[in-house]
Amino acid sequence: MPTMVIKNGSVFDPLNGIDGEVMDVFIKDGKVVRDLSDSDLKNADVIDARGKTVMPGGVDSHAHVAGAKVNAGRLMRPEDHIGSVRPRTEITHSGSGYTVPSVYKQGYDYSAMGYTTVFEAAMPPLEARHTHEVMRSTPMLDMGAYLVLGNNWFLMRYLHQGEIEKAAAYVAWMMKTHKAYGIKCVNPAGVENWGWGKNVHSLDEPNIHFEVTSREVIHGLAEVNEVLGMPISLHLHANNLGHPGNWEITKDSLAVPSDVNPSQKMDVEWAETKMDPRRSQSVYLAHAQFSAFGGTSWRDFESGADGLAKYVNKSDHVVIDNGAVPFGPATCMTGDGPSIHDLYVLAGIGGQKWSNTDVELECGSGVIPFTYLKANPISAVQWAIGLEMLLLVDDPWKTIMTTDHPNGGVFTKYPQVIAWLMSRRARDNTAAECHKWGYDRSSLGGVDREMSLFEIAILTRANPARTIGMAHRKGHLGAGADGDVAVYDIDPERLNPDDHENIISAFGRADYTIKDGQVVARQGEVVAVPEARRYFCEPKIDEGLAKDMMADVKEWFKYYTIGFANYPVPEKYLRNPEPIIVNGPAWAQGRR
Amino acid sequence: MALTRKVKLTPNGEIGVMVEAELISPDSFAGKSEAEIGGLTVWQGPREASLAEFFDLVAVVEEGPVEGDGLVDILIDGDVSRVKRIGQRMTKGRIEIKGSAGMHLGSEMAGGEILVRGNAGPWAGMNMRGGKIEVGGNVGDHAGSAYRGSWRGMSGGKILVHGNARSQLGGGMSGGEIVVEGSVENFCGIRQNGGLIVVEGDAVRGVGAEMIGGSIAVLGKICQFTPGFVANGTEQDPALGERKIEGEFAKFLGDYAISKNPKGVLYVKEAMI
Repeated sequence: MPTMVIKNGSVFDPLNGIDGEVMDVFIKDGKVVRDLSDSDLKNADVIDARGKTVMPGGVDSHAHVAGAKVNAGRLMRPEDHIGSVRPRTEITHSGSGYTVPSVYKQGYDYSAMGYTTVFEAAMPPLEARHTHEVMRSTPMLDMGAYLVLGNNWFLMRYLHQGEIEKAAAYVAWMMKTHKAYGIKCVNPAGVENWGWGKNVHSLDEPNIHFEVTSREVIHGLAEVNEVLGMPISLHLHANNLGHPGNWEITKDSLAVPSDVNPSQKMDVEWAETKMDPRRSQSVYLAHAQFSAFGGTSWRDFESGADGLAKYVNKSDHVVIDNGAVPFGPATCMTGDGPSIHDLYVLAGIGGQKWSNTDVELECGSGVIPFTYLKANPISAVQWAIGLEMLLLVDDPWKTIMTTDHPNGGVFTKYPQVIAWLMSRRARDNTAAECHKWGYDRSSLGGVDREMSLFEIAILTRANPARTIGMAHRKGHLGAGADGDVAVYDIDPERLNPDDHENIISAFGRADYTIKDGQVVARQGEVVAVPEARRYFCEPKIDEGLAKDMMADVKEWFKYYTIGFANYPVPEKYLRNPEPIIVNGPAWAQGRR
Repeated sequence: MALTRKVKLTPNGEIGVMVEAELISPDSFAGKSEAEIGGLTVWQGPREASLAEFFDLVAVVEEGPVEGDGLVDILIDGDVSRVKRIGQRMTKGRIEIKGSAGMHLGSEMAGGEILVRGNAGPWAGMNMRGGKIEVGGNVGDHAGSAYRGSWRGMSGGKILVHGNARSQLGGGMSGGEIVVEGSVENFCGIRQNGGLIVVEGDAVRGVGAEMIGGSIAVLGKICQFTPGFVANGTEQDPALGERKIEGEFAKFLGDYAISKNPKGVLYVKEAMI
C-alpha cells in the first residue's frame, strides 16, 4: 500500500478546524496518519502542494447516478450523448452522455473534480439489484444508496397503526435485504395516491386506502431512523415539490421531526476529528431549491427561499442540500412521479417525451428532459433560489452544495456553482445575462456574502460526510480517515474570488485527486482506476420483534408479482461491500 | 486574390466495413499538403487507417477569384456509398461526389456546398445549420432531420433532392429549406417547428405529424392524411418565403394533436384532394 506526503499545501479541513494552514498531509496504508517514520518517509511518494489548496476528497451526498431511472434517462436521450463523448485510454473505458453520462464517464468526471465519494439519492427497493449493478460498474467512487421508503405499503400500514418498533424492524430488514444505506422519503403519502392519478397537497391529508398522512410518515420514519441509530438522518424530499408557494409546506414538513433526537449507533472506528463528527440533524432536506418556491402561481412566481432559510437558521435539527440550477440542459428524474407529470404539462408544449412508472407496493418514478434557459423567467428565479438557500443560511454546517444531479443541472457544473458562492460579482454578471426575474423576484441581489475556501470545503466534503454519517472516515484529514485528498491549483494567498474563470477551471480539474493514498487523477486526467467500496447498513434489532415483523411481511408479500426468495439482493452484486453494523452489540457495550 | 485548392479523391477499390470519414471536408483539408491529406486517419470499424488506403489523391493549387481565405474544392471521382460523414460540420468550400455518398453526408454542416451526382444515404444534412446540399438521385431516411431523440433539427441552409426521399424528411426542422422533386414516404416534417419543406411528388402518410410551426407543401397526393390538421381556406399561388409555388392550394393548420394553437401550415394541391 502506498505511502505519501502532500507537502506544504494550504490545507482546508473544516472538521479539524484547519483553515488554510500550510502543512503536510501524511498517508500510510491508504489512511491519513499523524506523521511518518524516517524509513517510511524515505519511500514515500511526495507531492509538492506549495501554493495550492488541499482539501479532503469531495463527497456528494445527493446525486442520481445509479439505478433504473438513471438508465431510463440514458435510454431516453440519445441526443444527450452525441455531443458528449469521452474516448478510451489505456486504462479507462470510453463513455458518453452530458446530463446522464454513462457509468464510466460519470466516475471519471467526478474524479477529475477531486470527488471520491458519491451517494445515490433514491433506490427503489425493487430496483436495488439494478442500482447495485450500475454502482458495481461505476469506477473511481465509493458509493452507497438511500432506500425509497416514504410510500411503502408495509411502512404506511405500520406507521398508521403507530407500530414504530415493527416499522423499525422492517426498515432494518429492508436495509440488509437491499444492501441500502439510509432512509429516503419522497413525497410522503403522495406517490401512493399518484397510482390513482392523485397526489396529496398538505401534511394532514390521509391518502387513499392507507389513510396515512404525510405528517405521520415523516415523523414515523424519523423516529424509526433514530430508534435504529442510522448513520444518516431521514432524507426528505418534501410534498408539493416544484409547485409555486411550496416553501411553506416544506417548512412545516421540516418542523415535523423537530422533537426527534438524532442518535447514531454505528459500530465503526472513528477517525480523529476536532469537531464532533456525529450528525446533529434529525432531518436532511433534499434539493431545497425545488421546495422553496414562493408565489401562488407561475404568474406571480417568486423565490420563497427567504422564509425557508429563516426557518433553517433557527432550527438545529435540519440540514439541507440546495439542488442548484446552473442553467443549461438537465434531465429531471425523481421518485416523485406526479411532479414529473406536472413538469411535463408545464413544459410539454409540442409533446415532449417523458416517462413515468409505478414500482409496485413501494414507490414511483418519472423522467423528463428539461433545459434551464437564462432568458426564461422561472429558470432565472430557480437559479437565484438555489444560491439563496446556501447564502441565506448563516451556519454552513446546515448546508450542502449539490445540483441534485441531473435535475437542477449536471454535477460537472459544481465549479460554476462554487464561483457564484465565492463572488458577488460572478452572481451580478450572471443576473445581468438572465431574465430580470432572477434578481427582481428573489433576495439574491441584496446578498453580499461571499464564501471562503473554508466554507466551500464545508459544503462540498466536511458537511456532506458528517450529515450522512460518513465522517468516521470521509470528509476530513484527521488520523485514521481514508486517504482521499483533492489538491486544487488555487493559491489562497493570491486568490481573487472575482476571477471566476480560474476558480471554475481549478475546481473543474483537480491538480491531484488522491483516493486511498493513490493518485487517481492528475490535472483532470485519470491515471489510475482504484477499487471502490459500496457502503450499506445492517441495523440489529430484537429477534422476537424481527420474527413478528417477518410474519407480517410474508403474509403481505402476496401482493407482489415477484417471489419472496427473489426479493433480496445477494452480496455478489456488490464489489467490495462494506456493511456498517448499526445498533450492534459493540455499540451497546458503550464503544464510541 | 486568394488560392483555391482542388483536391481529387479517387476510390481505389471496394470498401468493406464502412469508413467514418468526417475529415473529408474543405475545413480539414485546408492548408494541408497532398501527403498530409493522404496521412489523415479515419476509423474503419475498430481500426484506424489512413485516407490514402482508400483513395488515390491528387491536390492541385489554383489561383481563383475567391475573396478572403483560400477555399478547398474537393472532387470525389467515384462511388463512396460506404463512406460516412463526408463534409460533416463543414463551414466553407465545396465537395462534389460523382457517385453516391454514404450516411451522414454534410450532417451538422454550417456553410459551403455539397453536390452529389448519385444518391445519398440516410441522415444527409442532419442538424444542418447552413450551406447547401444538392443530390442528383435519392436520399435515405432522416434527411435534414434532428439527431435521434432530439427535437431540434435542421436550422438553416438548403437541401435539394432531384429524386425521392424516404421517411422522416426534415424531422424537428426549425429553419432552412428542403425541396424534394420526387416523392417522400412517411412522417415528412415530423415535429417541424420552422422552415419550409416542398415535396413535388407524393407522400405516403404522417405529413407534418406533431408539427407546431413552419410550412410544408405537397404538390402530388398524400395517401393518408394526418388527422390533427384543420382546413383553413384556399390560396392561389402561395408564397413560401422567397419561393412561390403555382396553383390553387388547400391550406391546413396543425398539428392540433400536439398543441392547442399550432402554427404549422400544410399546403396541398386542390386538384389532388
